[in-house]
Amino acid sequence: MDATLTEVEKGRRPTTIPGLGRALRTEEMVISMGPQHPSTHGVLRLDIVVDGEIVADVIPRIGYLHRCFEKHCEHMANYQQVIPYVDRLDYVAAMSNEFGYVVAMEKMLKIQVPERVEYIRVIMAEFSRIVSHLIAIGTYGLDIGAWTPFLYCMRDREHVLDIFEETCGARLLYNYMWIGGLSHDVKPTFKDKVLEFCKYFRPNIKELNDLLSYNKIFIDRTASVGVLPGDVAVNFGVSGPVLRGSGVQWDIRKNDPYSIYNRFDFDIPFGKGEKGKVGDCWDRYMVRVHEMEQSVNIIEQAAKQLPEGDVQSAIPKRISPNASGPRRVRYTCAPRPRRASWGTTSYPTGEVDR
Amino acid sequence: MKNFLLELLNNEALVYVLMALVPLIWVIPFALFGVWWERKISAHMQDRLGPMLTGGWHGWSQTIADAVKLLQKEDLVPAAADKKLFVLAPYIVFAGSYAAYAAIPFSAAFVGAEINLGLFYVISISSLVVVGLILAGWASNSKWSLFGAMRSAAQIVSYEVPVALSILAVVMVVGTFDLQEINQLQTGPVWHWLVFQKFPFLFLACVIYFLASLAEVNRTPFDLPESESELVAGYHTEYSGMRFALMYLAEYANMFAVSAIVVTLFFGGWNSPFGEFLSGPWWGLFWFLGKGLAVIFVQIWLRWTLPRLRVDQLTYIGWKVLIPFSFAIILGVGAWVLAAGQ
Repeated sequence: MDATLTEVEKGRRPTTIPGLGRALRTEEMVISMGPQHPSTHGVLRLDIVVDGEIVADVIPRIGYLHRCFEKHCEHMANYQQVIPYVDRLDYVAAMSNEFGYVVAMEKMLKIQVPERVEYIRVIMAEFSRIVSHLIAIGTYGLDIGAWTPFLYCMRDREHVLDIFEETCGARLLYNYMWIGGLSHDVKPTFKDKVLEFCKYFRPNIKELNDLLSYNKIFIDRTASVGVLPGDVAVNFGVSGPVLRGSGVQWDIRKNDPYSIYNRFDFDIPFGKGEKGKVGDCWDRYMVRVHEMEQSVNIIEQAAKQLPEGDVQSAIPKRISPNASGPRRVRYTCAPRPRRASWGTTSYPTGEVDR
Repeated sequence: MKNFLLELLNNEALVYVLMALVPLIWVIPFALFGVWWERKISAHMQDRLGPMLTGGWHGWSQTIADAVKLLQKEDLVPAAADKKLFVLAPYIVFAGSYAAYAAIPFSAAFVGAEINLGLFYVISISSLVVVGLILAGWASNSKWSLFGAMRSAAQIVSYEVPVALSILAVVMVVGTFDLQEINQLQTGPVWHWLVFQKFPFLFLACVIYFLASLAEVNRTPFDLPESESELVAGYHTEYSGMRFALMYLAEYANMFAVSAIVVTLFFGGWNSPFGEFLSGPWWGLFWFLGKGLAVIFVQIWLRWTLPRLRVDQLTYIGWKVLIPFSFAIILGVGAWVLAAGQ
């Protein structure tokens, strides 16, 4: 037990139950949850102060997933080599990471990418959002004790991963979006498969809603729990579905469109406090479900409009962080002031600034 | 069966030992089969196949292989655990659930012990399980296990009340605690079953008993004592090897015990649903086990469909929903019985 934990324990005084005097007193207990706990997946540790079944305090110990990627990236010889690293930032939604990175790089290098590339990237990024949300929803249900929805989510995720695999050969870490283009063009059957998936996936969202979202027990456990009010969320710099779950209608794809998002027709789902208070767990959960529906809409529109063309014509021959200076080992990806670039993209779990 | 064995062996003590062992012939294969069955059902509900390889046909021997593996495991007792209690706990848990089988009538010809307070005995003896669970959680000397033990104590104690009250409604109708006698009263076609008597009171009593019994055997949505996403495995987190297997065996034995009570009290026990047709001692056994398995199927079905309740919601349902309803049923049944002049 480390020093901080004992300090926490020392600070806790035994409490008495009102009306019973000191005869019957309860004591708070500190338990360490994670990183080997089934619901923390090896990435988080929580020191939880509990008073019986009531959680009195939680002290998060973070940093279990920090792998110094930014330092690795600084040592890469050129910008292209960073892409496999951004994949691994969040392996559940690797395509979205790549998208954020290449958009920022293209902005910096002033590269105009072909139309086809833009469309394929949007389809891939939205697929990535669906995959990420499926895992988020599935494991959320799992932590509440619902096993079956989790496996239904994994089943649907497999279909998306099949499309990814067919396109770029990888199921998890793709290295697919390159600066100025894509590593491979899509297969001729891609469009049909994408449209087929959209048709397949919509009834499954309904099934998920029937099984989990509108389940009485699930609502009882999530509604009015963990409320994050909209103003607090904004002040703490929260973004993504968590912010929208708090009732703030902010989506970078709509409010400050990048790539070709201004061409598609979709809504921003946001928490309305349907089952409890605005910004509760259920709202945050439901925003993700609705976002999957919207992603399917975007994918369908993009796949129908998918233009022909080359996907690699705009890839620059040589990219060096410091083209004028001598090649040194220590290139830096954090751009120098004169080349400053800041690309903000929407990401399944929040906005990414690169 | 007792008389038959007495004639055969002419030794009363030996006969009692044999009679005590007979339910074990069912309980152990059932636990092995039940685990496999639950895996297959859950797998098919979740678009999976479940075990498919071990033993050939649909992985039928998977749980046998698992049991053999558990038997070979190192006998592990945590250093900080209270060794005696830690070792004792699984036996108490299993003894509590197995003892209930003594009064359960498997067939018209077989019931372990013919006691005229059979129902009362089953309800009381199955409370022994909670002692074992608390011992297991406490002796493990782990905070997680302690949580599981405290939860199981709170839960089982709360849900004993609706269980007893809903059973009381049945007893008021049949006027006996003898399970064999209750079975005999239900002989005949399906509408003689108690679940259809004094409609809808006994039907509601059946629903309440079933829900409360789910909590008694720690099944979803009341599986808080072992909720794996919160408490890892609750009271049996620290158990491994054969002791873990014994806990598991007790869990499945308990599942069947409560199903057997549901079947006996509400669904005609060993009676054939077709009156005289297909009835007799062996057919009785068949109907009893078949009905029991059907109730277990419902338990499994619920487990793989529903999320888990929170602790305060669990006690809320127990004390503020099920108990008032059971009292209402008792009042209703009582008034009916009085009015009918029985």
